[in-house]
Amino acid sequence: MLKTGTDRVKRGMAEMQKGGVIMDVINAEQAKIAEASGAVAVMALERVPADIRAAGGVARMADPTIVEEVLNAVSIPVMAKARIGHIVEARVLESMGVDYLDESEVLTPADEVFHLNKRDFTVPFVCGARDLGEASRRIGEGASMLRTKGEPGTGNIVEAVRHMRMIQGQIRKVSAMSEDELMTEAKNLGAPYEILLQIKKDGRLPVVNFAAGGVATPADAALMMELGADGVFVGSGIFKSANPEKFARAIVEATTHYRDYELIAELSKGLGTAMKGIDISTLLPGDRMQERGW
Amino acid sequence: MTKIGVLALQGAVREHIKALQESGAEAVSVKRIDELNDLDGLIIPGGESTAMRRLIDKYEFLEPLKAFAKEKPVFGTCAGLILMAKSIQGQDTAHLELIDMTIERNAFGRQKESFEAELEIKGVGEDVNGVFIRAPYIVNVGEDVEVLSVHNDRIVAARQGHFLCAAFHPELTDDYRLHQFFVQMVDETKKVIA
Repeated sequence: MLKTGTDRVKRGMAEMQKGGVIMDVINAEQAKIAEASGAVAVMALERVPADIRAAGGVARMADPTIVEEVLNAVSIPVMAKARIGHIVEARVLESMGVDYLDESEVLTPADEVFHLNKRDFTVPFVCGARDLGEASRRIGEGASMLRTKGEPGTGNIVEAVRHMRMIQGQIRKVSAMSEDELMTEAKNLGAPYEILLQIKKDGRLPVVNFAAGGVATPADAALMMELGADGVFVGSGIFKSANPEKFARAIVEATTHYRDYELIAELSKGLGTAMKGIDISTLLPGDRMQERGW
Repeated sequence: MTKIGVLALQGAVREHIKALQESGAEAVSVKRIDELNDLDGLIIPGGESTAMRRLIDKYEFLEPLKAFAKEKPVFGTCAGLILMAKSIQGQDTAHLELIDMTIERNAFGRQKESFEAELEIKGVGEDVNGVFIRAPYIVNVGEDVEVLSVHNDRIVAARQGHFLCAAFHPELTDDYRLHQFFVQMVDETKKVIA
């Protein structure tokens, strides 16, 4: 008997990405640069988050032509983003053979109440989370991988740090609780009880958790690894920098050797300008992508 | 105690370390060349083979790994199997070239075709759960290579001397028999070297 789409196969795929960097790309050429630089996967997009911010309007699934172009360009896994709750965008991307879907707050949500029932799909999903409640709800819906939301397209690491510290701190707290206290904690967090119980028993999330949303430099990537990320998504940080290839390679190496500070110093020399970045406090409430998701 | 390293440039390292410990060996992660020195054996884990190869080159790991493999056992799973193969279909060059076999990458299709299946593995058991994730398979093997497992007419595990490889991920299950098999191989080699 041959079984596809099992939890083990879907979560296992993310386990294989650990210690690696997943890069946003918008065409075959960028995808090839990412692969040659040592990316473990690429995210095929029509625009990187910084450009989505700049363009405004409704951000949707990428044009399938771009996704197809990237699928044909590289041998590493290809991911793509569907809008929150957009069943058809997700099904379309699944039918095209995309290896991992991101139900992403970077795009304009299609449903303001419900996320996708990700258990229904054969393709695995990654979702963003800011705290343990959100992380547990996404796992409950069938997400096979998590990432911090951070604040995408800002080149500012502060929100990703906040979210990673929040989740790690809450895992430690739950692990130290007695089981008597767990149901009330589940209520307070808005977390499914059974998922929280498993997290308490294991002392960690049942799926891989990457950092995302604001990684712009090799040191940013290493910082997120130090804080407990299993790997790193880099969106605008690479192809919005002065020298994408050099940045890509440096971020990959800094992620692998995140405690080798002399190496990170070497890697960071002469990289040229990182993406300009945005101070989070200057964002209008409606421009904060991390608030999207329920 | 037998000490086995897990190459930790990228991929599923933690799972292999746990499986080795459950199999009675001491397990450490290996990120730097000097960490190979006091090991009795090495596992090359699953991950992305292109990403691992770039880091192997960057840190000049290739020759030290080949030198290590001359004397000591190596076990590769999925991407590790790709790195151990002498030849890769559709590519002019291979990587460590340890096992006399030709392999094909992503041979079962994309992620939605990834699957679990029950396998019979020679010397290990008849009911091993094989987890195949964008897996390669072995197209053909040289005469010194022993085929250990075949799934739907495709070779998915093999052994040549002190080298072992699997196209699937034993580290993703709680069944540690294949790791025990490898630890035994390492113990035997250790006796011969001593």
